[in-house]
Amino acid sequence: MIKEDPLNRVLYIDLTKKKFWIEERPELFTKYIGGTGVAIRLLHENCPNDIDPFSPDNPIIFAVGPLNGLFPIASKTVAMFKSPHTGNLGESHAGGRSAIAIRMAGYGAIVIKGKSERPCYIAIHSDKVYFRDATTLWGVKEGLSVGSLIRRQEPGAGLRTIMRIGPAGEKLISYSCVTLETYRHFGRLGLGAVFGSKNLKAVVISGKRDINVTNFKEYKQLYEELLLQLAESEKMKKYHELGTPANILPLSFSKGIPIKNLLTNEIEKIENISGESFAEKHLGRRVACSHCPVACIHLATLRKPYEDEPYFYRTVYLSYDYELIYALGSMLGITSSEDVLKLIEAVEDMGLDAISTGVILAWITEAFEKGIINETMTDGIVPEWGNTECYVELIRKIVYSNNELFNDLRRGIDYTSSKYGGKDFALTYGKNEMPGYHTGYGAHIGYLFGARHSHLDSAGYAIDREAMTTQKTVEELVERIIKEEQWRQILSSLVICFFAREIYTSDVIHKCLKLSGFGFSEEELSEIGREIYADKYRFKIKCGFDIDNLSLPKRVFEIPTSLGFIDKDFTDKAIVLLKEKIKSLL
Amino acid sequence: MKDNEKCVGCLICMFACGRAHQAAGLESSCIKVRSQGGISRGFSVFVCRGCDDPPCARACPEDALIVRKTGGVLLKEERCTGCGYCVKACILDAIGWNNGKNKPVICIQCGECAKSCHYKVLEFVRK
Repeated sequence: MIKEDPLNRVLYIDLTKKKFWIEERPELFTKYIGGTGVAIRLLHENCPNDIDPFSPDNPIIFAVGPLNGLFPIASKTVAMFKSPHTGNLGESHAGGRSAIAIRMAGYGAIVIKGKSERPCYIAIHSDKVYFRDATTLWGVKEGLSVGSLIRRQEPGAGLRTIMRIGPAGEKLISYSCVTLETYRHFGRLGLGAVFGSKNLKAVVISGKRDINVTNFKEYKQLYEELLLQLAESEKMKKYHELGTPANILPLSFSKGIPIKNLLTNEIEKIENISGESFAEKHLGRRVACSHCPVACIHLATLRKPYEDEPYFYRTVYLSYDYELIYALGSMLGITSSEDVLKLIEAVEDMGLDAISTGVILAWITEAFEKGIINETMTDGIVPEWGNTECYVELIRKIVYSNNELFNDLRRGIDYTSSKYGGKDFALTYGKNEMPGYHTGYGAHIGYLFGARHSHLDSAGYAIDREAMTTQKTVEELVERIIKEEQWRQILSSLVICFFAREIYTSDVIHKCLKLSGFGFSEEELSEIGREIYADKYRFKIKCGFDIDNLSLPKRVFEIPTSLGFIDKDFTDKAIVLLKEKIKSLL
Repeated sequence: MKDNEKCVGCLICMFACGRAHQAAGLESSCIKVRSQGGISRGFSVFVCRGCDDPPCARACPEDALIVRKTGGVLLKEERCTGCGYCVKACILDAIGWNNGKNKPVICIQCGECAKSCHYKVLEFVRK
């Protein structure tokens, strides 16, 4: 690391005492790079083993890496915390303005602990930290208003990040998210609820500075080469144009998109919720994260008439992506793009994780059909595939109703199905609800063993795509999953958007790191990736995660994937092998 | 400004401006990109338009900003005392500030910002 690089500065904030201080931690960054690597070390340092995730001692950690602010598309921030949803590792990544704001404010990481006596928000402007009263913001029902209220109060326009929670986070729903810049999220594993437990409504961060490089001429040349590739490479085309919803039609064609709680892999009129259809009917604007030329954030316009007033309309902008169309569309039997947008709006207003919410609504519908839950338990709502109005109502009930079922649903479907039954069709992996790929072994084993149970841990769906032409043995599959996840620890320590993983090859990363004053060899980088991966598992196990008791949901064996039916012997062997491999790393 | 409506808010132009001033980062950039009151309404980009009779130069009590015949102004750093009047005089807010030097960062009319913009929001035209 270059000596004057502010990356090594860690900002600590104590919400109980309303104090903050800065520690220089060069050893942390020179050994673990930044992002994921530094965040997991800080989590080990700051999170006691046995605490409740809602304890004031649960830290919220944000970390960025040496490439943020220096190279294009190094645009993400890693958040880590003890997850209220799984009880172990909580890790979520977000873009927006966050990474550049943290780097430009002059920090590599921020650790927030304690609990404010009253609702508050934190404003970090370079070296100054302010604790602002947020009692007026607490309980605001429309998710989008809080950002605009804070925007009026704080400086740093154009460069700042405004992270905030909605009603779901205030009510400690274990899968509530943190929304950034209106359209990006720390979505998964319940960071919103950890904010809520600390009476923390929002965090604003801004700054502006220059960063040193080892050789400016080489830096400029490499930067411009990368920018050109990001703009023109075929590898990025998908994200430029239709965005991730480009996946809907090909995945549907290959029977890889889950439908109706995975009761089937086919549905008529899916073309109505394809990326092409969204673009044609709704695309209103494309926007980008800071320091990313790709602009993959697709904003749809939803025009809603006022029922009691002629010629009055409300037009809202909503961001859509593949995972949202899956979770709030195909998973619920919805094939109208307008209906998907209505559900996205409801989820955004509440500040919930869209994937978990969609999978939970799907489970409720099937549980209702099977008589596990009834109308008395749902406050009179009859869940029905494709019925958007009932799903909007259910989302509101999950947040606001105090009846027993909705209280339980606030903890996810692993908890709810353990209590009421319906475990066989509860699509959870290590207590986290299923992402949108039913493509084969890679996807499902990847979710189960990924350190954060996400499709982004090892991109198992991409491994499945390869397996369509070349079948993989158990050993090959396990090797690929582990290798990919370990390499992704490097990408997420830097912290580069995974969309650019094919541009940021190992060779490019070496050059970038050299210009940032890091001299890792290829072997050293592999070793760091392995160590970070192991460190995440160490944290999970320390929190009680039972690696010996992992199994796939029964439902995934019942419906063919893109690669046909999943063979239980094959997955059993893969599970045994993965357990051995992971244990040997610890 | 060619077409503000196409701005995606990526800030690539701001970083390009920094590099044109031999710096990595945002401090040395004299471009501003701001949302028009929330991202859904799009963005505005503020950049030096190379005024014929620049208010920034007129506001400088030390005559540190020299009007260039080809457009824009040139900063004579040795004359600048860091008073910041030039920044206040520019209603486009198109002057940056280098905190380390305590001096303004002035657009050098290089066109790097326009060159780096993939969405052709900016256009660089020589007079």
